[in-house]
Amino acid sequence: MAKQPAAVVGVGQTHHRAKRLDVSMAGLCREAIDRALEDAGMTLDEIDAIVVGKAPDLFEGVMMPELFLAEALGAAGKPLLRVHTAGSVGGSTAIVASSLVQAGVHKKVLTVAYEKQSESNAMWALSVPLPFNMPVHAGAGGYFAPHVRSYIRRSEAPTHVGAIVAAKDRNNALKNPYAHLHNEGTTVESVLASQMLWDPIRYDETCPSSDGACALVIVDEDTAKASPNPAWIHGTVMRSEATTAAERDQVNPQASRDAAAALWKQAGITSPIDEIDCAEIYVPFSWFEPMWLESLGFAEENGGGWRLTESGGTAMDGVLPVNCSGGVLSSNPIGASGMLRFGEAALQVRGAAGEHQVDGARKALGHAYGGGSQFFAMWVVGAEKPSN
Amino acid sequence: MTRTLSAPVTVAFDYTRSTGPVLGRFLTGLRDGVVVGGRTSEGKVVVPPLEFDPVTHEATTDFVEVAPTGTVTSWTWVPEPVKDQPFDRPFAFALVLLDGADVPILHALDVSSPDEVSTGMRVQARWAAERIGAITDLVFEPLSASGPTGVEAIGDNPVSGVIVPVSLDYLYAASPEESAFYRGLNEGRIVGQRCPTCQKVYVPPRSACPSDGTPTAEEVEVSQTGTITTFCIVNVPFLGQKITPPYVSAYVLLDGADIAILHLILGVEAAEVRMGMRVKAVWKPETEWTYSLENIDHFEPTGDPDADYETYRNHL
Repeated sequence: MAKQPAAVVGVGQTHHRAKRLDVSMAGLCREAIDRALEDAGMTLDEIDAIVVGKAPDLFEGVMMPELFLAEALGAAGKPLLRVHTAGSVGGSTAIVASSLVQAGVHKKVLTVAYEKQSESNAMWALSVPLPFNMPVHAGAGGYFAPHVRSYIRRSEAPTHVGAIVAAKDRNNALKNPYAHLHNEGTTVESVLASQMLWDPIRYDETCPSSDGACALVIVDEDTAKASPNPAWIHGTVMRSEATTAAERDQVNPQASRDAAAALWKQAGITSPIDEIDCAEIYVPFSWFEPMWLESLGFAEENGGGWRLTESGGTAMDGVLPVNCSGGVLSSNPIGASGMLRFGEAALQVRGAAGEHQVDGARKALGHAYGGGSQFFAMWVVGAEKPSN
Repeated sequence: MTRTLSAPVTVAFDYTRSTGPVLGRFLTGLRDGVVVGGRTSEGKVVVPPLEFDPVTHEATTDFVEVAPTGTVTSWTWVPEPVKDQPFDRPFAFALVLLDGADVPILHALDVSSPDEVSTGMRVQARWAAERIGAITDLVFEPLSASGPTGVEAIGDNPVSGVIVPVSLDYLYAASPEESAFYRGLNEGRIVGQRCPTCQKVYVPPRSACPSDGTPTAEEVEVSQTGTITTFCIVNVPFLGQKITPPYVSAYVLLDGADIAILHLILGVEAAEVRMGMRVKAVWKPETEWTYSLENIDHFEPTGDPDADYETYRNHL
C-alpha cells in the first residue's frame, strides 16, 4: 500500500520566554496543545495517538516525559510514543507523528515537543567533564564555533555575514508575537558590536535560552477535508551519522546532504531555490544559515550560501525568505525548536503566519538538526495535496 | 593489571521545577500543614490533585482539604533504605487512603518492623518541624490515641517552585583500546590505532572504526607535533568550567593521525592563533602524570611556518 496523504491542520505554540515560572512542564505542553487543537477544531478525545519529544535528559533532569506527562497530554488509553534525537528532536517527533498517519495506522495524531530551559542549565549539561579527558568543552557554542570558523575559511566569507543573519532574524521576530526575543533596533552594526563569546561567534549571533512548547495536529486525507487550509506533507526525511570520524565533514555533513537530496526527490522538487517559497531552517548560531543553505542545495557549496544571505536573498522580501518567524535565534526552547520550524513552515503554506506571512507561500521547508551536526530532520509542506 | 581503566564520575545538578497552580496548591498546603486534594469532573477527590482532569482534560480548579488521617490500602517493606529515602532506618512505603479522598497517596510510613504494618491499619500525618512546601514536609505514622498533631501555617506566599537535586554517581569505564591510549599518556606517548580497512589512524583509538565498523587492533604511536585545523576562543564563563576564560580550544591534527584531538592552546596570544598553525605538546612534569589526556598540559606553537591549507582541509 502506498503512503497515505497526511496534512497539518493544527499548529499551536506558547509565547516563548526566558522563564515560564507560572506553569509546570505539563502546563506548558498543554498551552501549545490546546492552541493546536483549537486551530484544528478538535478536542483531545478525538485524537488517536500522541507523540512527544523533548531535549536530552540531562538538560532538564527528566528522563521519562512520557511517564509523568501521559495524563496531562491526554494520552491515557491511547498510544503514546517518545522520540529522542538531541536538538533535532522537534522535527523527528513531527516526522514520527506524520508517519503514523502516512502508514494508515492512525487518522488523527497529536504531537508535542517542549523544553523548560529555565529549570536547568544546558551549557552545564553539554560540558560535564569526563575522566581521563581534557576539559575543554564549552557548551554548544564551543562545539560549533570551530566549525563556523572552518566554513568561513572554506567559503572565504566576509566576517559580517553572520551579523546579517542575526539582524534579519531578530527583526523578523518583531513580527512574531510568540517569539522570545523582541529586540527593537537590532542592526548588523549592533550585532558586530556585541561581545565575542565563542570566537568567531558573538553574543547577538547566538540563540537565547527559552521555555516553550509547540504542538501539531496531523491528520489523514478524509479528516483534512474539514480544514479550510491544510498543510500537506510532501516529503519527510531523517538521517544520522557518526559524531566523530576521520575526515568527517563537519561544515557540510554527509547526512545533511543525503537527507536534502532524498527530501527534494520525495517532494518532486528539482530546483529548491525556485520551488520552495520560504524556509524555516534550524539556525542556533547565525552562521548556520549560509552553511545549511549550501548543504540543503539552495546555493552552491563553498560560498553560495553567504552570497545568498549577503544579497538579501533570505530576507522577508528575498528570493528565499528564511526564518520569517525569527527562527531559533529568536526563540530556543531546544526540545521544541525543531517542531517550531516544522510548524512555522506549515503556517506559511496555510496562509496563517500572521504578520510574518510570506505572500503566496505554497511550498515551505521545515528543518532541524541536532547533536554534533549528526541528526537531521526535514519536511516539505505544501498548500496543495501532493500528486505523487 | 586490569585491562580497562575506570574512574568515578558524579553528575549533579539542582534542577528547579515550576509547580504550576495545581501542584503549587498542594505543596502550599503541605507547608501550611493541610493536605489538599483536587476534585475531578466525576466527583472523585485525588491527592495530590491531578493537574488536568482525566475525563474533560481541563485544568483542575476544585480543591478540597482532606483529613490528615487515613487507612493503609497496600504497602511494601523497605529493609535497607538507600541514600535520600525518607528514613535512614527500615520503613514501609504505603498507599494511604486519606479520609475524604477517593484515591490513595503513596508515602512513607514510619514503623520499625513489617509486623507493625498491615492493610487496613489507621495512620496519621506527622508534619516536619521545618516545612518548605515539598512532599517531604509530611510522613505517616500509626494513628495515635490523641490523633495527629496540627501545625501552624508558615507563610502566605503560594509555593510556585521546588528544587530537585539530582546526583548520579557512576563508574566511567574506558574501553580496552582507550585504556591503552591513556596508559601511553602515562608513559609520555600518544598511541592511536589504524583501521585495517580504511587505513585511517584514530587518536584516541575507537575499538571499531566509526566509518566502516572494522575492529581496530594495530597500535600506532603518533607525533607530539601537529597542526591546528580549527579552533574557538572561549570567552564565556559557565557552571562547572575547569579552565578560566579566555582560552583557545583547538582541534590539533597530530602528524601521523587522521583525526584531530581537542586540546588547549597556550604560549601565544589567543588573537594570534591561526588555522594551520604548527603546535607541539607541552607535558606536565612527569611526577604529575596519570592516565589522562590532561598529562599534556597544553599545546604551544613550534614556531615553524604554518601548514599548507591543503594538508588539513579534509579535516574541517
